[in-house]
Amino acid sequence: MAQDDHSGTELAAADSSHEALAPTASPGTALIASDAFENPGFPPHRPRVTDEDPKKEKRAQRTVYTLFYLSILGSVWAVAAYMLFPIESNDVDAVRLNNMFIGLGATLALLGLGFGIVHWGKALMADVELADERHPIGGSPETQAAAAKVFSDSNEESGFTRRSVVRNSLIGALIAFPLPAVVLFRGFAPQDQLPVELLSHTMWAKGTRLALDPSGVPIKAADVTIGSAFHIIPEGLAELEHGKLEEKAKAAVLLMRLEPSELNQAPDRESWSYDGIVAYSKICTHVGCPVALYEQHTHHLLCPCHQSQFDVANHCEVIFGPAKRPLPQLPIAVDDEGYLIAQSDFTEPVGPSFWERS
Amino acid sequence: MNRSKRRTGRRHPLATVALLALGLVFTGGAYAAISSGTAAQAEAEPTSQETIEQGKKLFQANCATCHGLEAQGTNNGPSLIGVGAAAVDFQVGTGRMPMQMQGPQAQQKPPQFTDEQTKQLAYYVASLGPGPDIPAEHLVNGGGDAANGAELFRINCAMCHNVAGAGGALTEGKFAPPLTNVSGVHIYEAMVTGPQNMPVFNDLNISPEDKRDVITYLKYVQDNRSPGGFELGSLGPVAEGLFIWIFGLGAIVAVTVWITAKSN
Amino acid sequence: MSTAPSTQVTQKRSFTASASVYVNERTSLAGFVKELGRKAFPDHWSFLLGEIALFSFVVILISGTFLTFFFQASQAEVHYDGSYVPLKGVEMSVAMASTLDISFDIRGGLFVRQMHHWAALLFVAAIGLHMLRIFFTGAFRKPREFNWLIGFTLFILAMGEGFTGYSLPDDLLSGNGLRIIDGLVKGMPIIGTWTSFLLFGGEFPGTAIVGRLYTLHILLLPAIIVALIAIHLVLVVVHKHTQYAAPGKTQQNAVGPPILPIYAAKAGGFFFIIFGVLALIASLFTINPIWNYGPYDPSPVSAGTQPDWYIGFADGALRLIPPGWEFVWLDRTWSFNILVPLIGIGIFILLVVAYPFIEAWVKGDHREHHIADRPRNAPTRTAIGAAGVTFYAGLWAAASSDILATHFSLTMEGVIHALQAVVIIGPFVAYFIAKRVCIALQKKDREIVLHGYESGRIVKLPGGEFIEVHQPLDEYDRWRLVSYEAYEPLMIRPNSRGKITVGQRLRAGVSRWFFEDRIAPVTKGELEASHSAHH
Repeated sequence: MAQDDHSGTELAAADSSHEALAPTASPGTALIASDAFENPGFPPHRPRVTDEDPKKEKRAQRTVYTLFYLSILGSVWAVAAYMLFPIESNDVDAVRLNNMFIGLGATLALLGLGFGIVHWGKALMADVELADERHPIGGSPETQAAAAKVFSDSNEESGFTRRSVVRNSLIGALIAFPLPAVVLFRGFAPQDQLPVELLSHTMWAKGTRLALDPSGVPIKAADVTIGSAFHIIPEGLAELEHGKLEEKAKAAVLLMRLEPSELNQAPDRESWSYDGIVAYSKICTHVGCPVALYEQHTHHLLCPCHQSQFDVANHCEVIFGPAKRPLPQLPIAVDDEGYLIAQSDFTEPVGPSFWERS
Repeated sequence: MNRSKRRTGRRHPLATVALLALGLVFTGGAYAAISSGTAAQAEAEPTSQETIEQGKKLFQANCATCHGLEAQGTNNGPSLIGVGAAAVDFQVGTGRMPMQMQGPQAQQKPPQFTDEQTKQLAYYVASLGPGPDIPAEHLVNGGGDAANGAELFRINCAMCHNVAGAGGALTEGKFAPPLTNVSGVHIYEAMVTGPQNMPVFNDLNISPEDKRDVITYLKYVQDNRSPGGFELGSLGPVAEGLFIWIFGLGAIVAVTVWITAKSN
Repeated sequence: MSTAPSTQVTQKRSFTASASVYVNERTSLAGFVKELGRKAFPDHWSFLLGEIALFSFVVILISGTFLTFFFQASQAEVHYDGSYVPLKGVEMSVAMASTLDISFDIRGGLFVRQMHHWAALLFVAAIGLHMLRIFFTGAFRKPREFNWLIGFTLFILAMGEGFTGYSLPDDLLSGNGLRIIDGLVKGMPIIGTWTSFLLFGGEFPGTAIVGRLYTLHILLLPAIIVALIAIHLVLVVVHKHTQYAAPGKTQQNAVGPPILPIYAAKAGGFFFIIFGVLALIASLFTINPIWNYGPYDPSPVSAGTQPDWYIGFADGALRLIPPGWEFVWLDRTWSFNILVPLIGIGIFILLVVAYPFIEAWVKGDHREHHIADRPRNAPTRTAIGAAGVTFYAGLWAAASSDILATHFSLTMEGVIHALQAVVIIGPFVAYFIAKRVCIALQKKDREIVLHGYESGRIVKLPGGEFIEVHQPLDEYDRWRLVSYEAYEPLMIRPNSRGKITVGQRLRAGVSRWFFEDRIAPVTKGELEASHSAHH
C-alpha cells in the first residue's frame, strides 16, 4: 500500500514526537500510527553493589588504587629495562629483549592506569544519569532571522549583489590567482625530459653483454644449462654512479634455457634466441613488478604481485591473470668470445602499459 | 629337617636371574660383535663397489618402477642418468622420493631410507653418468658472508620462497616450500640440481662460495628470532592485518562492552 | 573548585580555586565549563568505536613524533653500517638506513616504531568498524550528513597516511607497492605518463618520492586530519550524540552520564587501555620487518607481496581482472585491466558517500533523527550494507589469493575464480539473506510483543492440553520493540502542472524496492485486539 508524502499534514498524533523538534519538517513516507505506544519514561533506578554494600565499595576502591600502584610499577620497570637490557652491537637477541621488556613495562603502566580509571568510574563514581534537552539544530526562527539580517545588511552596505561588475571581476581575480601556483608543479620533474621518450628506451644496445644481477659479471652461453634461470642486467649497470635503479627498472631481464624443440617461436623472431636460450624483460606488463618466478618444467613465468602468468615456450604470452601484453623479448646473440650479447634494445617499450604506447 | 646355615655353596635366590642375564648378555653381545663387524664396513664410500652394488639393489627395488631398471626413464619418471649424487641425496634425503603420488609437486615427507642407504642410492646414480656431487662440508655449514647471501637470496630465491624463507605459491597448486627447517646440504643440493619446477642454479650462475653465503644467510634467519617478537609466520601484511582485526580490535571491542556495561 | 573553608575569618581560597579564578579571568573558560562540563553523553559500547579511532590516532601522533627525530627521508645512497649483520655493507637509501638504526641501534626505537605501525592498522580498522555502526544504525540521517562526509573523508585520508607512512623506509615490499602505484598511474588515459613523471620527479623510482611522501605524511595529511577530526567532534557536540530507543529516551532528549566525572573517566581510561593494548602488541609481535625485505631494488621481489590490509581491496581488485582487458584503439592504449578496478572502486565509494542522501530522497523525511535504529528495523538499508560489505570483503580477500592457495592447499587459479564469483554474485546473495533475516527478526519482535516470550514453564490445562506459558513484556521491555517507525512506498501523484515527472517515477520505484516488504511496529490497538482474541 503506497503512501502519500506527508508534507505538513497528519503530524498530530504520533508519539515519537518528531514534530516538537521541527514543527514544519515533513516526515516523508514515514508511517505514523495514531495509536502507537507511548514512551513509558525512565525505569526504576537499580543501585550498584558498591552503593549498597560498604565492603564492596572498599574492595572496589582497593582494586582501583592497586591498579594505579601496578601502573607505577610498570613505569619503573620500563625505565629499568631501558638500562638493564642495552643493545649490543650485532646482537639481534639483545634488541628483542630490549623491545620486549621496555614494551611490557609500558604496557603494565598504561593498562594499570586505564583499567583503574574505568573501574573507578564504573564502580565508585556517583551513578548519575542526566537528561539534556535537545533543541532544533537550526536554532529558533529568531536566530535564523537575525543571521539572515546580518547577511542582508552587509550585502546592502557593501553592494555585493548590486555592484555586479565589481563582484564578477572579483570572482574572476580569485579564480585566476592560484593558477601560477598550479604551474609551479611542472617543476616536480626535470624540465628537459619527456616521459614517453624516457619510457621508450632502455640501457640495452647492440653488443651490450648480458651480466649477472647484482655483480655485473658477464656470462657466456655455455654457462646457461637447461632449466636455468639467470637474473640479468646490462653490463655496465652495476658500475653506474647515478640512475642505477632507474635503468634497472627498465633493463632487468630474465634469461632461461629450454630444449629448442619445446620453444615455439614466431618466424621473424627465430634469430632472437640462441640454441634454446631466450631473454625476456623481467618487468611485468601489468603494473611493473618483477616477473621473477620461473617454473622449469611448465615453462610458466609467474608474477607474484597480481598472479599474471606468461608462457615462455610460447613467446611469453599471457595465460592467466590481469596482464595483456606478452613480455617484450630481448634479441640475443653470442659474441666471438662466447659471451651472450644483445642484438639491440627492446623493440617496444618495456614495463606497464601507458596511454601513448601503441 | 635341619635348617643349618651353610655360608658357602648355598645358591643365592637371585642366582637364576643372574644366570639368565649373563646368558642374554653373552648371546646378544656375540651377535652384536659379529654383525657390527660387517656393518662397520658398510660406511658408504663414493667409489666403493660395495656401496654402488647396494645402491643398485635399493634402486631396482624402490625406484625402477618409475625411473626404469637402468635409470633410463619411463613415462612415469625422467631419466636419472647425469643428475648426479646431489639430486638423489636431496630428493631421497628430504623424503620427496619415492614419490607418494604422480604430479608436478613432490611433497616432502619423512624420509623412507636411512642416511647410509640414501648415500648408497646417490652414489649408484652418480656412477651412471657425471653430475653434481654432494657438496663438501665447508660449503654447507655457514660461515660465509650473510650480507652477500641475503642479497643473492632476494634476487634469485625470494620471489618463490619469500624473503624470510616462509614459502610461496606457484601456478596450478604447486608451491615453493618454506626453508626454515632445511639443512644446509639440502639447500645447496636443491640450488645446484633444480628439483621439480625449481630452476637450476649451476655454479656459473651462483658460485659455490655464493651458495655458501646464501646458506649462511638462511642459517642466520633460522637461528635468530625476530627482534620484534613473534613473526606471525613471516607472511607479511596479510598476517598482520588478520591479527589486528581478530585480536587487536576484538580485544578492544570486548573492553568497550565492559566499559559501558552497568556496574554490578 | 569550591572555596575551601579555613579557620581564618577572611575567606582564603585554596590553590585550585585561586588558579581557576586566575585562568578564567583571562579566558572566559567558566562559560565553557558551564556549558559542556555536565553534558549528558549517551553511553553504549557501539558509541565507543569512534573513540578507538581517535585514541589510536593520538598514539600514532605521539609515537610518530618520536620517529621524526630519527628518521631521515632522503634517498641518497649509503652503505649500511649498523648492527644488523645480513645487511652490513649493503647499498641502500638513507631512509632505509635510518629506519634500520631506529630498529637496531636506538633503545626502545623498535618498540616505538612497531607501536606506530600497529596503531596505524588499528586506526583504519576502527574507522571502518565505526562507519559500519553509523551505517547500520542510520546515524547518518539529518542532521548528521556532514559528519558522514567528513568521516568518510577521514577514512580515505587515514588510508593515505598509512600508505605514505609504510612507503617511507624505502624497503623492498613498500617499494614494489610504489611500483604498482606507478604502473596504475601510467595506465590512466591522457594524464597517466605525465602524472607518473611529475610524481616521481622523472623516471621511476627516482630520488624524490620518499621526501615527497614524507611531506605528505607528517605535514599535509596530519594537518587536514586533525582539522577534520576537530570539526567532526564539534558537530557531535552540537548535534548531541544519538541514543538507542529505551524507556525515558526520546527524540527530545539526550540521556547519559555527565561528561564530568563519569564520561571523562570512561573515555580517559579507555585511552590508556588502547595505548596499553597497542604497547602490548608492539612488545610481542613483529610488524613490517624491513630487515628481511632489504632495500628497494626493481629486480628482486618477495613471494607474498601485499600492501597493508586497508589497501588490500584495491590490490585484490587488480588481481581479479581476467586476462587480456587491454587494447590499442586510435593509436592509444586503453588499459581496462586498470581502469575497471579504478572505476569500479570509484563507483563503490560514490555510492557509500551518497547513500545518506539517496535514502533521504527516497523517504522524503525531513525531520531530525536522534534515535539510532536497530539494524533489523531498516531491512533494505541493512541488506544493502551487507551487500557492500560482501563486495569489499571479496576484494580484500583477493589480495591474499596466493597465501590462501598455499595455506589451504588450493590452486591460486581456483582461489581467484572463486573470489571473482564472490565479488559478482556474493552481494546479491548477501542482500537477499540479510533482508530476509531482518524481516524475520522483526516478525519475531512482533510475536514477542503480542504474545510475550516463552517462559519455559509447561502447564497442563484441565482438558489435558499442554501449553507453554508466555510471559508478557512489561512496558519497559516492550518499548524497545515497538518504538521504531516503518516507511511505506511513495504513491505517485501528478505535480502542480499535472505531470508525473521522471524523477517522481524513479523515486516511487526505488521507494517500492525499499519499503514494499515491511513490518510495522505493534500498536496499542493491535495489542488490545490480540488480548481480547485470547480471553
